[in-house]
Order: sequence, then structure tokens, then C-alpha cells
Amino acid sequence: MSAQFLQFLLTGLTVGAIYALVALGFSIIFNASHVINFAQGEFVMIGGMATMSLTASGLPYLLAIPLAIAAAALVGLALEKFAVEPAQGASVVTLIIITIGASIFLRGLALVIWDKNLHPLKPFTGDTPIAIAGATILPQSLWVLGVALAIVLALSWFFGRTLLGKAMLATSHNRLAAQLIGINVRMVLFLSFGLSAALGAVAGILVAPITTTSFDVGVMLGLKGFAAAILGGLGSGVGAVVGGLVLGIVETMSAGYLSSAYKDAIAFVIILAVLFFMPSGLFGNRGGERV
Amino acid sequence: MLARLASPRTGGLLALAVVIVLLPLALSNSYFYDVAILVGLNAIVCIGLNLLIGYAGQISLGHAGFFGLGAYGSAILASRYGWPPLAAMLTTTLAVAALAFLVGRPILRLKGHYLAMATLGLGVIIFMVITTEDKVTGGPDGISVVPFRIGGFVLQGERIWYWVVGALLLVAVWLALNLIESPAGRALRALHSSEVGAEVVGINAANHKVMVFVISAVFASIAGSLAAHYSGFVTPGKVAFLHSIELVTMVVFGGMASTFGAVVGAAVLTTLPQLLAVLKDYEMMVFGAVMMGTMIFLPRGVVPSLARLIQTRRQKASNNGGEGGHEQGAGASHSCGDATGRDCHRPPTVAVLKPRQSDGGGGV
Amino acid sequence: MKSMQATTSIKRGLAVLAASCVLFAGAAVAQEPIKIGAFLAVTGPAASLGDPEQKTLEHYVGKINAAGGVLGRKLQLVSYDSAGDAEKARTFAKRLIEQDKVDMIVGGTSTGETMAVIPLVEAAQMPFISLAGAVVIVEPVKKWVFKMPHSDRMACEKIFIDMQSRKLSKIALISGPGGFDKSMRAECLKLNKQYGIDVVADETYGGGDTDMTAQLTKIKNTAGVQAVLNPGFGQGPAIVTKNYGQLGIAMPLYQSHGVASKEFIKLAGAAAEGVRLPGAAVLVADDLPANDPQRSVAVAYKHEYESHFKSDISTFGGHAYDGLMIAVAALKKAGSTDKAKVRDAIEATRGYVGVDGTYNMSATDHMGLDLTAFRMLEVKGGNWTLVK
Repeated sequence: MSAQFLQFLLTGLTVGAIYALVALGFSIIFNASHVINFAQGEFVMIGGMATMSLTASGLPYLLAIPLAIAAAALVGLALEKFAVEPAQGASVVTLIIITIGASIFLRGLALVIWDKNLHPLKPFTGDTPIAIAGATILPQSLWVLGVALAIVLALSWFFGRTLLGKAMLATSHNRLAAQLIGINVRMVLFLSFGLSAALGAVAGILVAPITTTSFDVGVMLGLKGFAAAILGGLGSGVGAVVGGLVLGIVETMSAGYLSSAYKDAIAFVIILAVLFFMPSGLFGNRGGERV
Repeated sequence: MLARLASPRTGGLLALAVVIVLLPLALSNSYFYDVAILVGLNAIVCIGLNLLIGYAGQISLGHAGFFGLGAYGSAILASRYGWPPLAAMLTTTLAVAALAFLVGRPILRLKGHYLAMATLGLGVIIFMVITTEDKVTGGPDGISVVPFRIGGFVLQGERIWYWVVGALLLVAVWLALNLIESPAGRALRALHSSEVGAEVVGINAANHKVMVFVISAVFASIAGSLAAHYSGFVTPGKVAFLHSIELVTMVVFGGMASTFGAVVGAAVLTTLPQLLAVLKDYEMMVFGAVMMGTMIFLPRGVVPSLARLIQTRRQKASNNGGEGGHEQGAGASHSCGDATGRDCHRPPTVAVLKPRQSDGGGGV
Repeated sequence: MKSMQATTSIKRGLAVLAASCVLFAGAAVAQEPIKIGAFLAVTGPAASLGDPEQKTLEHYVGKINAAGGVLGRKLQLVSYDSAGDAEKARTFAKRLIEQDKVDMIVGGTSTGETMAVIPLVEAAQMPFISLAGAVVIVEPVKKWVFKMPHSDRMACEKIFIDMQSRKLSKIALISGPGGFDKSMRAECLKLNKQYGIDVVADETYGGGDTDMTAQLTKIKNTAGVQAVLNPGFGQGPAIVTKNYGQLGIAMPLYQSHGVASKEFIKLAGAAAEGVRLPGAAVLVADDLPANDPQRSVAVAYKHEYESHFKSDISTFGGHAYDGLMIAVAALKKAGSTDKAKVRDAIEATRGYVGVDGTYNMSATDHMGLDLTAFRMLEVKGGNWTLVK
């Protein structure tokens, strides 16, 4: 029984860590602009697909991965520059539709650049499962958990200790005040997109050896990442991580102990229940409403 | 008389009726009729959704769920259990309305993106149930649906359906416009600008929000039932999250707080994929680019932006002297949104107090 | 005299004119291409099926045209991407019938898409060769609808027979959300008792799921289970297989013909060793014995596709190939594009040796395949091999 439970837990954590990374991407952009970037899932896809192409053309992982992340970050920056910035001042709903259009566009672009097939990616350190107290975990899963943890720590250092990070945080709390004290909020928005894209790409690269990658892997992962961000409370980094892990574990436990057919439905019911009692998510700002 | 024609209610409705009557001249075969019917059905859903998103300022990323429930309800009752289609549709609509009412109250306590997520979750749950309970719903492959009949009269064939959908579309637009102009509609718009402010003047926010949620769900459900009988089959694809996103996109694209905008949005985004189909692999890219481009350059959506363009032109013309502005002003000061493209963020009380004179109507 | 000469030359001129008009008219008719319509799931969840189908149709229409066409006319392929969506399929089918006015339709990658279109082709009396798997497409038989792929029921039968030979009597099912998955699962659940097999566990996973270890752990811990069957296609079965290896499950794993391609082996990696599935001959074309009737056709298709597209063949592309060839043969037999004659000719297909099987159609059988069209295949050394 407990070996089974451990297996479910390990799987849930692995899946949850991926959701957490995607959710962080949503949170960072939301903080800077109050926009939900529906193209976040596409950054995940770009990370995996770009790495796949680069390694297929002979580059080792050590080179391919940073290049792929950089490519995704560039796409994120381009998205901000050419799609979001020109629409400054438009309503939030309009911006959301723009990001939806961007997500469709990026998927179509990926379709043309690559193809419609599924592509495998070699795991970083091999495929031999590791046995832990009756459960098994893939080495790649350890990479996922480890890198996710490292990134969370790095981000908390970035936002807490560096000037740029603090500027981004300040912008998310109060954009006008941040502008008044001299923070270039446009630059903050610009960089947020780049950072979120990089995060998404990392998630995509980490998970591709486990799940294979294709031009439309972004759709589902983006949706789950969004759900995780909401669950944890939009705008809260801690919330994004906790939301992601909780979503992953709930999904896996539901599949294991309740009904594998309804595991997604159960996860959403739980999210709805949480929102019912905590309308701003687990860690979200219980903000007052401006009259 | 001319002033009445300029108002969205009669003028716009008349224009739409004219379009619906004259369109068949351009439709040379059943395929074109098919696309037109799909446009009409999508438009009906969008009109309801627009009431929720554009006027009441809420959001729903799960409306395909209501559409799907309408479709499957009709399909199962009429095909599996042999009910008369009209009875099946009415029962289904009532059931969906009840569901929307029950679920609406707790869900609409949420705001903004949290509300979006909750409605999304609702849509996904409906989708999962439909896909998994394949004994009743036929699962992912769906079930076929008997044609719609009333008594002995069978509704079959694109041409008949075109007129039916066209008529229903006009009814839907008329209902929506009436609602917007009614006290309830003004309450909704007040809600949109400020929920607390609206409560202060005595509007029960929760009740109104639930009411508009139920109305939009009913619109979607009826359209779903009709779509099921028209296509002759239902599949879970109609209930999927992507369809919900398409519907919201149509509303925003066409213009929020604009009933005719909803119709235009539905028309463009239903026919565009058909036009782009010839581009094969490039279709997705071009479609996404069109969406992005339109929203960047016409951020209010197609109809309000165009209306504004026409308004500023007219304003320039009236500034150069002339009576043109007079009618325009008379019409403009009544309502917000709709064809005038005026923002609905102005509390309606101010608009009511505004003197009925020609001020060009511009510059909101 | 002069006027008589003039009259004669006018008459001659008119005669020449008339003759050339007839010639031009004849040539004009001859130039009009035979239109073959197609709607395929080139993108979307069924893309791994629809993409090779599209490629195959395009390539071979080109080849046929290069060799002179059919009945002296060129073939023209009019195809649309229905992305696995039944509603899109219906609209595109209508477009093919009413707007593009095609002579016949080959397509319908998935069952949902095919079923949505059946009322249309029946009403329009359009010959339709479907490329989808479920048995309901041709049972009951519809006059204008034919089907190329082996049915899901046949796959279940083939698998159960193999299980019997290995003395496996308690199995677990794990399937995905697609129509193909659910339909095959339903067929297997109808048949298992007949073969003395008990289904002791029945798990499912969702579309886009990245991990199935939870479901497989449950299966692993179910008492008495001896083998696992995974009806599915695309990404899901690959992940199931990888997780299977990760959890160290030693029982036999059966996949379905939905992953009958080399791509599956690449995606699943080392864990694919020992996986069995019912597949068409074309997957092991080079290994077929010399006296196997399918050998030459299968080898020719395999080499042509792989050298041209630089990617591995799959049985789905093979279905498109067989569908196109049977359609062309029917056109030749009917001697025209008259839809009723072409339909009759398709129905009269006997002993047609295709890439995916030998077809014998009849008025009561619009699929034309029997269990011999399926070979039991096993992954050995990273390749598909015939199970002897």
C-alpha cells in the first residue's frame, strides 16, 4: 500500500513540478501587466522542439539547451514588442484575445518549421529507473524536481535581492507608484515576457524526454499551468509553485485511488471548491475592490 | 422617422433582416448555406455570451459546455428515447437554465481571472462527463441525431434551416437589444462599471449577474439543440475548451457590448477558416496573425471601432456645418455600446441626465 | 464559276472549322481532371494517422498523373484538413460535394469524422472510401460507404487469439480518450468471454497526459493479472510503454494497430522491446516470405514512401494507398466517372492485393478484409518482426 502511495506521490510531484514552472511563467507576466498570456504553453513547446532540432543536427545538450531557451526568450520578447506593446491601453480582455491569437500563430509557425510528428528526446542521464522503497522514479524525473527547485530558489533570490527583480516586484504591486519612483515599467513588462518564456522553455525541455514533444504539446500544459496559477493565487510566486504541486498530486492520487477516467474532472472540482472558499486562490491577494 | 431608423433597435435590426433576406442570392449551393447556418448558430450563442461579457462585464470560458449540454440533451432525448424534438429541446433548455442558476450563484461570486478559471473548470467537467459516459452519450465518437420535426413537418435541408436560423437570429438580436434597453439592462451596465457603486444605488448585483448568466446559458443551449438536429450528429468536439475559447474570441473580436458586434464576430470567425482552408499548412499561422492584427488595430473589436470611425467622420462633417450631427446626437445619447461604439464604462445615470442636444456624440 | 469556287472553299472552311471545334471540344473534355476529394485529420490529435494519409495521396496522385492519368484524364486531389473534428469534416465534405463537385471521396481519418459524413454521401450518392477503423462504419452496410482499415473488432480478435496461444487468461485494459481507443475497448469487452479471457482491470488516461504510472501501478497491483492491452494511438501508448518499462512490469504488453508504425518504437524507446500488436504486412514488408502475395506491393510502397518522404511508413498511409488504388481500379473498370458505376465497381473488388491486406468486397461486406490481413508483430531489436 505505502509503496503504491509513494509511487503516486513521486509521479504527482514530477508532474506537479512541470505545472509549477508553467504557472510561474503565467504569474510573472500577470504581475507585470495583469494579462493572462495564453501563449505560455507555446513557450513550453518551443523549448522542447528547438532542443530536439538542435540535438538532431548534432549539437550536444550542453549547447542545445541554452540555445533553445534563448530562442524561446527571444520569441517571448518579440511577442511583447510586436503584439502586446502596440495594444497598450486596450482592455484586459482584448489583450487576452491577442495572446490567444499569438498562441495559434506560434503553433502554426511551429507546424511549418517542424512537422506534425511526435519527437522523442534523449533523457539527460539515461533511462534506468531508480528504485526507492518499492517505487520507481526515472532519472529524468529527478532532473525535473531538482531543476524546478533550483529555479524557484534562483527566482526568489532574483526578486528579493536584485534591483531589477525588486523593480519587477514593485511594478506588480503598484504600477503607477513604480513609475513615479522612476522604474521603467515598459522595460519591466518587456523583460517579464522574456523571463516567462525562458521558464516555459525550461519546463518543456525537462519534460520532453519523458513525454515526447510535438508542435501542439503546449495546449494542455498551458491549460494546466493556468489552472495551477489560479489555484495558487495569481500573482503569487509561492502560490504558483504550490498550486502546481498540488494540482499534480491531486491528479495522480485521483487517478490512482478514485477513477482514472475522471481524474481531470476531480482536479477541477477541487479547484472550484478551493475558489469557492478562497476566491483569490490559496495565496492570492485578498485585494479590496476599488469603488 | 429617420432618427428611429438610426437607433440600433429598429435600424440595425432592419439592416440585419435585409441581409438575411438578400444573402441567399449570393449562396449558390448547399455548402454556402451550410456555412451561413453555422454562422447564424454561432451568432446566437455569441449574442448571449456578449450580454455576459460585454454588458455585465463577467467572463465565461466554459460556454461550450452549455452549448454541448443543449446539443446532447436534445440528441439523447430525441434519438435515444424517442421524444418529440420540440419537447426534448424545451426540456433540455429548462434543465440547462436550472443548472446555470444553481451553479451561477457560487461561481459568480468570483471575479476576473478566477471567474474565468471557474467557468473553464465547469466546461471541462461537462466535457469529461460527456466523453466518459459513452453508454449514454456515445463517447468521443458521438451519436447521430434525428431530424427536427414539429408534428408532421420535418425540418430538413439547408434552405429551410437557413430561414429558421435566420428568423431565430433576428429574434435573439431583438431580445438582446430589448434587454439592454430595459431597466435590467441598465442595471447590468451599472454593474459593469462598478459593482459596489451599483449595489449602493440599490441594484442586487448577485441576482442580476445570475440572471444574465442563465440567459446566456439558455441562448447557448438552444443554439446547441438546433445545431444537433441540423448536423444530424453530436460529438464532444462541440463541448471542448477550444470551442469555448472560439466563442469568447468571436465576442471580443466583433466588439464587446455590441450585439451586432457579436453577430459580425461570429460571421467573420466562422467563415475565415473556410476561406483559409486553401492555405493548408499555413492556415493556422495566418488565422493567428489575423486575430492578433485585428485586435491590435481595432482594440474595441470590429463593430465599435468601425462605428467610432464613422462617428468621427460624421463629426468632422457636422463641424463643417450641417444638420447631420443632430440626428446622430439624438441617437447617440440614449445607449452605450452597440453601433455607437460608445464605451459602457460611463455610469448610465450620467447618460440619462445628458441634455438631448447635438454635441456630435463623440469624444467619450 | 467564281461563286461556285467561293462556295466550295467556304464549305471546306466550315468543315475544317467544325472538325477542329469537335476536336477542341473533345480535347477540352479530356483535359477536365477527375476530382478525388479528401478530408483528413492532418493536424490535431489524429495527426499521426492523417499526415501519412495526406502525403500518400498527394504523392501517388502525382505518380499516376505522370504515368498518363486515368481514362486519359489527369487526377486532381482536392483535400482539406478536418483536424479530427467531426463538425469540420461534415462542412468540408459538403464543400467537396457541392462546391468542388468531386467524383468520389477518399478520407475520414477518424470514426467520428466518417460517421458525421455518411448521411451526406448517402444523400448525394457519392462513392466514399473511409480510412477509419470502427466496425460501425460498415455494419450495417451502407450503399455508398466503403472502408479500408482493419476493424477494431478484428484487432481484438487477433490479439485474443495470440493471448490464448500464450495461455494468458486474465488481462488489464488501459485506454485513452479518443474515439478509436474507446471503440476498440468496447469491442474487446464484447468479445473477451468468447476467447476465455477475463478483464480484471480497466484504466484510462486523458489526452495530453504526461504520465500513466498511477494507472499502471494500479494494474500492476491487481491480483492475477497476466497481460496488458492498450488500445490507443499517438502520444498516449508511447508514454504507457515507457512507464511500463519504468515500473519494471514484466507481463506481456499488447498495443493496437493504432500505433503500427516505426515511429512508435522510436518514441517508446527500449521499453518497446517485446511489445506485440496486430499490424498490416507492410510494416514487415522486407521480411515477408517470397511467396507471400503481398510482398511485392508492400515492398514497393515502403521503399517509395521512405525514399521520398525520408520518414518511416505506417499502416495508415498504406490504407490511403490501397483506397486510392482501389478507387482508380474502379474508375478504369467503370470506364467513366459515373458515380453509380464506380460504386458498383468498388463493390466488385475481388482479390485485390494491397499494402495492408487482400480485399474481397461484396454487397454485404464493404470492408473486404479478414483476419489474414492482420499479422501478429513483435518488437525485436528495435524493429517490427513477424511472430511465427
